[in-house]
Amino acid sequence: MTLAGWIQIALFCAAVLALVKPLGLYMTRVFSGARTPLSPLLRPVERGLYRLAGIDEAHEQHWLAYAGAMLVFHAAGFVLLYAILRLQGLLPFNPADQGAVAPDLAFNTAASFVTNTNWQNYGGESTLSYLSQMLGLTHQNFLSAATGIALAVALIRGFSRASARTVGSFWVDLTRCTLYVLLPLCVVYTLFLVWQGVPQTLAPYAEATTLEGAKQTIALGPVASQVAIKMLGTNGGGFFNANAAHPFENPTAVSNFVQMVSIFALGAALTNVFGRMVGDERQGWAILAAMGVLFLAGTVVTYWAEGSGNPLLNALGLQGGNLEGKEIRFGIPGSALFAVVTTAASCGAVNAMHDAFTALGGLIPLVNMQLGEIIVGGVGAGLYGMLVFVVVAIFVAGLMVGRTPEYLGKKIEAREVKMAMLAILCLPLMMLGFTALATVLPAGLSGPANAGPHGFSEILYAFTSAAANNGSAFAGLSGNTPFYNLTLGTGMLVGRFFVIIPALAIAGALAAKKTVPASAGTFPTDGGLFVGLLVGVILIVGGLTFFPSLALGPIVEHLAGAAGQTFAAAGG
Amino acid sequence: MAQTQKSSLFSAALIGPACLGAVTKLDPRQMVKNPVMFVVEVVAAFTTLLFVRDLVSGGQDLAFTGQIILWLWFTVLFANFAEAVAEGRGKAQADSLRRTRTETTAKRLAGPAAAIGGPREDYGTVPGASLKVGDVVLVEAGDVIPSDGEVIEGIASVNEAAITGESAPVIRESGGDRSAVTGGTQVLSDWIRVRITAAAGSTFIDRMIALVEGAARQKTPNEIALNILLAGLTIVFVFAVGSIPSFAAYAGGAIPLAVLVALFVTLIPTTIGALLSAIGIAGMDRLVRFNVLAMSGRAVEAAGDVDTLLLDKTGTITLGNRQATAFRPVHGVTAEALADAAQLASLADETPEGRSIVVLAKETYGIRGRDMGSLNATFVPFTAQSRMSGIDLDGSSIRKGAVEAVIASLDSAPALVGAGAAARVLQPRLDPATAQEVRAIAEEIAKAGGTPLAVARDGQLLGVVHLKDIVKGGISERFAELRRMGIRTVMITGDNPMTAAAIAAEAGVDDFLAQATPEDKLALIRREQAQGKLVAMCGDGTNDAPALAQADVGVAMNTGTVAAREAGNMVDLDSDPTKLIEIVEIGKQLLMTRGALTTFSIANDVAKYFAIIPAMFVGLYPQLQALNVMRLASPQSAILSAIIFNALIIVALIPLALRGVSYRAVGAAALLRRNLLIYGLGGILVPFVGIKLIDLAVSALHLA
Repeated sequence: MTLAGWIQIALFCAAVLALVKPLGLYMTRVFSGARTPLSPLLRPVERGLYRLAGIDEAHEQHWLAYAGAMLVFHAAGFVLLYAILRLQGLLPFNPADQGAVAPDLAFNTAASFVTNTNWQNYGGESTLSYLSQMLGLTHQNFLSAATGIALAVALIRGFSRASARTVGSFWVDLTRCTLYVLLPLCVVYTLFLVWQGVPQTLAPYAEATTLEGAKQTIALGPVASQVAIKMLGTNGGGFFNANAAHPFENPTAVSNFVQMVSIFALGAALTNVFGRMVGDERQGWAILAAMGVLFLAGTVVTYWAEGSGNPLLNALGLQGGNLEGKEIRFGIPGSALFAVVTTAASCGAVNAMHDAFTALGGLIPLVNMQLGEIIVGGVGAGLYGMLVFVVVAIFVAGLMVGRTPEYLGKKIEAREVKMAMLAILCLPLMMLGFTALATVLPAGLSGPANAGPHGFSEILYAFTSAAANNGSAFAGLSGNTPFYNLTLGTGMLVGRFFVIIPALAIAGALAAKKTVPASAGTFPTDGGLFVGLLVGVILIVGGLTFFPSLALGPIVEHLAGAAGQTFAAAGG
Repeated sequence: MAQTQKSSLFSAALIGPACLGAVTKLDPRQMVKNPVMFVVEVVAAFTTLLFVRDLVSGGQDLAFTGQIILWLWFTVLFANFAEAVAEGRGKAQADSLRRTRTETTAKRLAGPAAAIGGPREDYGTVPGASLKVGDVVLVEAGDVIPSDGEVIEGIASVNEAAITGESAPVIRESGGDRSAVTGGTQVLSDWIRVRITAAAGSTFIDRMIALVEGAARQKTPNEIALNILLAGLTIVFVFAVGSIPSFAAYAGGAIPLAVLVALFVTLIPTTIGALLSAIGIAGMDRLVRFNVLAMSGRAVEAAGDVDTLLLDKTGTITLGNRQATAFRPVHGVTAEALADAAQLASLADETPEGRSIVVLAKETYGIRGRDMGSLNATFVPFTAQSRMSGIDLDGSSIRKGAVEAVIASLDSAPALVGAGAAARVLQPRLDPATAQEVRAIAEEIAKAGGTPLAVARDGQLLGVVHLKDIVKGGISERFAELRRMGIRTVMITGDNPMTAAAIAAEAGVDDFLAQATPEDKLALIRREQAQGKLVAMCGDGTNDAPALAQADVGVAMNTGTVAAREAGNMVDLDSDPTKLIEIVEIGKQLLMTRGALTTFSIANDVAKYFAIIPAMFVGLYPQLQALNVMRLASPQSAILSAIIFNALIIVALIPLALRGVSYRAVGAAALLRRNLLIYGLGGILVPFVGIKLIDLAVSALHLA
């Protein structure tokens, strides 16, 4: 741990915080249909798109219709992506002559990108054509991100509206988000990345001859544009297999810093959109504060764990932090922070091998995902996931002020609790259920590269990452097998849609309710007390469920490591 | 039934039946209503079966498994016991009600005898139970009223101690707002003709019995939502515990079923699951002890949520009667002279206002009471036409009354006063300037919320007596308290806006509705509700019925009409409108108790994890001993201690569930801080201590 490291962490927080208000204001205007500086340019395009698709932008949808539109849209996107992957050998923009992707891998990849997970059971440069990357993946990168944001906005409308039947129009929210938010930011961002040295070309892979005279193929491609949306949209799927550790995806310490900020930017700003739309910015800050507390705690532990290094090596006199699996241009703070950020938000891009982190350093990314990616979280998904927890926290403790629980003037009743519990239930079912399956079935046991608790962590991490729609890999797990492709793919789909639909149901139920004006008897939800309560409920209700699994994975590994034991010999 | 009657939480008479109830409630058909405890029962039954099999075929750790199973059953029994105790308290009250409900015979009037004014003697004697709605009966002194009804003719004093516990008789008469009579109460004097409004078995007392017994109890909306949360958490823990066997298999070991079951049962929210229905029953019970009957649990919950309280001025905010507080003479008249005249005019005035004038004159100027007889005076009583009263004595005439009435009388024709030889004609001497001055004083008094009473002697205006509505002592503090609770109070009065404003300011209500008609009240409630607020009010008259029905919490006075009682969702047996405030507090207390125990129950899980997880896995990975932060003696004693704590905490919290968390009107933020500290943080810490202590005992007794 160094002072420079802590300063980098502090600068990161400052940069994210500085973006919250301006981006929040801008997005609030976009989603309420107000004029923005980009309107003169984009408004005609937007209107043209609606005319083309036959959408009446003034027509709003009931939550069921909104959910229906979202599902139809995703089903179509899924089929399209699956088809592109299967047929890429016959399609253009395939200079490396990549063949068809196997059915189970195509299913896994389609599920992965449609759900904003971007779990990659393939190596981009060795499996996918440029067309698959650009048309298949990049469009899902935009649209799955836009969907997350649209759904968060729909849920916000549930809180901000009173006695309303509708929660907005899915098509309009999706279009506005892509057109006004994601595209313009990505254009600027791509140019920045190109300046930093990220390639952006359709030229075939470069052939190089090394000093020893060996032939080397250097993968290239339209990298910068893909990286821009992968970060901003918290997708995380790398152009290259090495993801953000690859020098072409993330060349410098500056690009690394900006990429981390860009992961959090939209998610953090959405809390401000929330505050603005419900008419009290403090409500948004309270949500962000709860996220911030959990984030800082995770960052401190990870940086401390990585900075302190491996006790086994320390005992051998190798002092200093744990640099195994890290890029030297990012160093320990740049890698530790990246790991926490990418798992807190449901990005999943990695600039270091999480598998090579110390046990505790690897525990935090795992916990971040198990909590349901609500620490800033995936764009939109983080906010609605957090609001689901808010519903539960308010319901549990809200009674203690002697009123039936209410949040922002909306009474939390049986329907909201039922939906919130459904959303919360699906994560442990997917994460623990599939891990339980994989740890006893031979098909599952063949996956992990390591024995003992670390191998267990690898399996747990994979299913956690999938169900949380994170997509980062612990590495070390051979995931490209029919068993893992299918189970992980299912985990991703359930983890996405079984949270989205209950969240939309909550939005619909809340929008229909009257708003009770706040009084001195109202549960205060904009102060430190509420933040503390929310953090407590997230940890106890969301986190404790995973305590047994963590105890058998990273915790026992940490304790054993501290005692000087390894498990390498145990299983061979 | 009376408020003073406070039985202790656990009297011996309650414990016995409650223990029996705890066992009979094991019936799965009853248990299934409580999902969390039902799951515990199923798990306990299943492990018991396996245990019996192991006993026969032989197995390991039978003593340990046996103890776990024993405590699983205790957990279920303790939950049932809590519910049985809560119900028992209600049952005791129901029994005392039942004793008052004697078999009655009724004097039924049929045909012409049933009509108002019809012959009273033509009744036929029938059993009370055979009466139908619409029958007319005669009830005479000494008779017990056979069923609920409405007085259609006559007036009687009635002893309603059976329902109110108050032995002082009340008047019931036809026509007015006091026309409702309750079956089982006794007429003490006179007679009344009553039209029956409730068939046998559905009378007010029957409903009361059903309510306090908990037979009519249905789950309230918040309770249903809470049950969903608890069921959801239970499922989460099914996943958490259900995945452990595979994880253990991966680590090369196996976890005994009894240990898994122990972890599962301690993690699911058994504490709140066990006490939830007891909390609900006890909440209703607290209202009943307070002599308020809630017709549904929903109403009690709504009471906690009330945002706006509509309170009638008279009787609630002010004492019923106005009192003289000052003599305000006109220019040229001494206050003493005014007091003297006013006192003379009030000597024979038996109204509370009149008596208060006499008292004030004595207190401020030492004017003694005088004997009417020796003064040779004639009292002129108040009439609706003259709107004045007064006295004529020794050729002198004193009048007091409404300002305009007195001025108008002075402006009119000469009057003959006195009698016989002393008689003389009085020429009115109305000086316009004086009249103006009196009007000015009157307006000033009205602005201050008082009622002016002009006094004239021998045709000359002397001044004005300031009659004041006396705001009840401590009421403004109560309103301040309500304000801190976030509740807005609105005073309803028939007074003019000026007077109403002054009283509102003095009492400290937030708003007032002056010159209120029943329609105004209804409109006000609708307006508040349109803003999403919940409104509580109380009323007694038939014209209050629409507003009572519209209000979220409508408390009907027991003295009120049948219509009012039907419209409200609570009935106050004492007919004390001030109680609305306490009703709100009881509602809040019910919700708070539920929230506090839920929070406590969920917070408990932290310590239970730290007790059981290391114990469970230490065989697989000895390093996990580090997680045994409580330093529990052995894995078995750790698991046993956790499950014992889990069962005993239910018993320990029964008194809190029945009594309720103490409520203080300090505002939501302060309440939350306090309760989060006690039940949240306390809920995390207490089990660490509790499990450690039990572990010490368990290992000292060599139980594990």
